[in-house]
Amino acid sequence: MTRIRFQRSLDELKEQLLVMAGLAEQSIQRATEAYRTRDHSICDLVMRSETAINRLEREIDQAALDLLAMEQPMAIDLRFILSVIKINADLERVGDAAKSIVERVHSMESMPNIDLPVDIPKMAALAASMVRKSLQAFIEGDAEIAESVLTMDDAVDAMNRAAHTALTRVMSEEGHNAPQALNALMISRSLERVADHATNIAEDVIFWVKGDDVRHSKSIAKSEQKAAAKAAAQAANGQMDAPAEDKPTE
Amino acid sequence: MGVGIEVSNLNAWYGANHTLQDISLRIPPNQATALIGPSGCGKSTFVRCLNRMHETNPIARVTGSVRIGDLDIYKDAKPVEIRRRVGMVFQRPNPFPTMSIYDNVASGLKLNGFRNRRALDEIVEKSLRNSALWDEVKDDLRKKSGASLSGGQQQRLCIARALAVDPEVILMDEPASALDPVSTSKIEDLIFELKTHYTIVIVTHNMQQAARVAEKTGFFLNGRLVEFDSTHKIFTNPSDKRTEDYITGRFG
Repeated sequence: MTRIRFQRSLDELKEQLLVMAGLAEQSIQRATEAYRTRDHSICDLVMRSETAINRLEREIDQAALDLLAMEQPMAIDLRFILSVIKINADLERVGDAAKSIVERVHSMESMPNIDLPVDIPKMAALAASMVRKSLQAFIEGDAEIAESVLTMDDAVDAMNRAAHTALTRVMSEEGHNAPQALNALMISRSLERVADHATNIAEDVIFWVKGDDVRHSKSIAKSEQKAAAKAAAQAANGQMDAPAEDKPTE
Repeated sequence: MGVGIEVSNLNAWYGANHTLQDISLRIPPNQATALIGPSGCGKSTFVRCLNRMHETNPIARVTGSVRIGDLDIYKDAKPVEIRRRVGMVFQRPNPFPTMSIYDNVASGLKLNGFRNRRALDEIVEKSLRNSALWDEVKDDLRKKSGASLSGGQQQRLCIARALAVDPEVILMDEPASALDPVSTSKIEDLIFELKTHYTIVIVTHNMQQAARVAEKTGFFLNGRLVEFDSTHKIFTNPSDKRTEDYITGRFG
């Protein structure tokens, strides 16, 4: 084994990211707890974590930049550092989402606690479990675990859509509950974004471990299918419209 | 124009030492191909087999075939003819120290009996322009010796000397390892320009250099070609664990 110092720096970078990941995951859990209990002391904890997460984001980016400049990494090491930079940005956004949630909780302070047709704690639990699983994939360098995260995103998207439908109905039909419904809608949206960030982290782990870029696979495949179908239809039309001299003669 | 190189089951020995074992690969024309690997892995022996320089060692032996374009170099041609078609640039610049810059470039042609003075002038100028040295030496062509130039200029002079005989392939064995970063960058820019006209094979210990200049890269280890693929693939996601361990510095 050579490049011992470089390997140690990579391990340190990973540890720093895990500290940040722990803070981001904890923030989401605390923000959900704050929503459930309307406990403002928990909101304060989330706000303090957000500052720590922002500071860590800068430190991790700087450490990654130093390694790129000084060590000129290749192959799996290069992919690892690129993934760390991207996961770092996603974790910071998870922290932002937690902050958005507690800001909503703050604005609900003076409002009565009513039953809304949305299960925020359930949605939060699912989004947080995606974050946890994507980080487990990162810790273990396990692409299979990362792939399992990708399949969970659809469930959170569906919950967010259902919440959107139900809460806009509350807003239009029960005007006096509209402010609470609007806040819940924005919290649902924040949790959906958390699930998206967990998905991004899982995609970055797959890229690091396997070198495969799986981002936007579904939408790209869909658009390619569309383009192929369009080209086939145009070719068929072109044949039908071809001038007489181009058509085979008897 | 450059031509492709097809190597099949190439084996090479120095005495009892089996230095190259069953090497087969296709080097595409008009591209730069980099060969990397730890010291003693066989990459320099391999390039020497591509113009039969290997044979200059009396205990050396080769089996297998090397086709350069349509020429099987171990069957269809003499070493002198092959070395005209396949130029070589070495690690340390080796201009003829007492010859002028002009004579250094013209030496290969003169050695082959080329005597047309006007044509020689044109070829020397073209070769020096193509090796990006003309502007720096045009006023001292006959006044200064090859040895009076800086290391980077000497290496470009050697490239000009190789170009003067109008080769199809240029082999470079660590051409920038003895040069400073500015001279190295000039050589790399030059490789980029030259590959539009020639096929280039470059042996290098500098991984970043391979990544910068080559379209294809081969990784040699213990006399075997472990992996040969696009440079992009080799340096971002190699197929073989040994390649990855080498380029990430985990051994070698």
